[in-house]
Amino acid sequence: MKQKIFVFLNAIGIFAALLLLWQLVIWLGHVPPFMLPSPWRVFRVIAERFSSLAESFEITATAATFGLLGSIVVGVAIALIFAQSRWVRRMFYPYTLLLQTVPIVAIAPLILMWVGAGWGAVTLIAFIICLAPIIANTTQGLISVDENLIHLFLMHNASRGQLLLKLRLRHAVPSLFVGIRISAGIAVIGAITGELFAGSTSVGRGGLGYSIIYALQQLQTDYLFALIVAATVLGFLFYFVVSFFEWYFLHKWHESARTPEVE
Amino acid sequence: MRGDAASQFSREYAVPQVELSSVSKQYGNGRAILDSLTLSIAKGEFVSLVGPSGCGKSTILKLVSGLSPTTAGEIHVDGMSPENARETMSFIFQEATLLPWRTVRQNVGLGLELERVPRERRHAKVNSLLDLVGLSHVGEAYPRELSGGMKMRVSIARALATGPRLLLMDEPFAALDEISRDRLNEELLRLREEQKWTVIFVTHSVAEAVFLSTRIVVLASDPGRIHADVAVDLAYPRTAELRASPAYEQKVIEISRLLRDARSLAESGA
Repeated sequence: MKQKIFVFLNAIGIFAALLLLWQLVIWLGHVPPFMLPSPWRVFRVIAERFSSLAESFEITATAATFGLLGSIVVGVAIALIFAQSRWVRRMFYPYTLLLQTVPIVAIAPLILMWVGAGWGAVTLIAFIICLAPIIANTTQGLISVDENLIHLFLMHNASRGQLLLKLRLRHAVPSLFVGIRISAGIAVIGAITGELFAGSTSVGRGGLGYSIIYALQQLQTDYLFALIVAATVLGFLFYFVVSFFEWYFLHKWHESARTPEVE
Repeated sequence: MRGDAASQFSREYAVPQVELSSVSKQYGNGRAILDSLTLSIAKGEFVSLVGPSGCGKSTILKLVSGLSPTTAGEIHVDGMSPENARETMSFIFQEATLLPWRTVRQNVGLGLELERVPRERRHAKVNSLLDLVGLSHVGEAYPRELSGGMKMRVSIARALATGPRLLLMDEPFAALDEISRDRLNEELLRLREEQKWTVIFVTHSVAEAVFLSTRIVVLASDPGRIHADVAVDLAYPRTAELRASPAYEQKVIEISRLLRDARSLAESGA
């Protein structure tokens, strides 16, 4: 307990020191507020424009959520096809690599052209960026089942459906969560990137990415900082929600999801 | 008192349950694992397969279960092909091979579930099996909470759930410490008192083979073939005290010698 308080105080201390450093840079360097607003100004603008901040937050969160959920559904479906045969994997797996290596910024304008500006394009961009980790990890989980477990099922004349539902899919759940955890982080990045290009259909209102561009153009640097804080909070939120689900589904039986008993 | 257990069994259950006739097995690279092996196992026998590594002991179990096809020769189980006879057998692997996301109870019921046995019948069967192997108190635990010996007990209970007539056991106790292994050996024999399944048991331990079996087949390797086929004429029920008896020790020495011969045969042949 004593140690926990110590760690907590340490964290607060470091945070305070960083804010102080930030303030010192402004004082000593005579940096104008439109280049670098003070911490206090950022806090104030967060409070003052909380509702518009929350609106942007919600728009981006929605796009990232749907992009992530969509990628889970489609990614698992593709992984199930990949798990059927080595031949299928050899033919089609390289394309998922392509999905991962193509810079999303490079294809975002294309998507914008095809589906038009707005939340649809943003969700689609988040979806595309999330897809590869889900496919790769789930496929790995589906095909890495212990041979003896498969033999066990075959000894009971298990059907293909039983093998899939009661063995392969269940076995793949921890790997799926590895994929989801990676994708949850980049879903937010994907949505914000999408919004930089295709953020809004009405001027001045849109997700975090759109608002970042808008605030930059208006030289509202303090609000820009507030948006960066909001984006960071959103990233953390995604991470915690996914971690919770992972814990919920796995903690009873899987080693990785056990909460450490002793620190 | 040296009862004539082996011949007593063959009189009672003279029907051959497992028959391998001139069975050969080669792997893709052409290496011969088994060469024209003929072996007949009667109902109620407990046959241990011992031999140097690479003699195809485990391969025999894979072939009898139909999990792996033969290259030449025929196998019949209850007069049927291995695939068709699967309902009559259970396979127990070296590792407990439990599903980690299922509780002990759900693991024991797995075979029944796959064979679509109704829930109530399944529950009753699982309960009685957990009692039988002394695990009723950990029914709701997950495998990772169990010791190696307990996991193997779950594995055995799962194998017995579907009411097999033939048990194929592939070094089931090899990963356990000696005390757990001895205790499980005794328990296995106790379970067999009630239902006389036929057992084909692969092991590296001569002592274990002698303690359990009615018959021990010593295999030589490269390619795998039968070196010796020895009846173990020690009376059942066998208990822990048997391990201290001279008759038992003599048998262990005899089998060990045969095993050494089989090994040196392989080495001189290579």
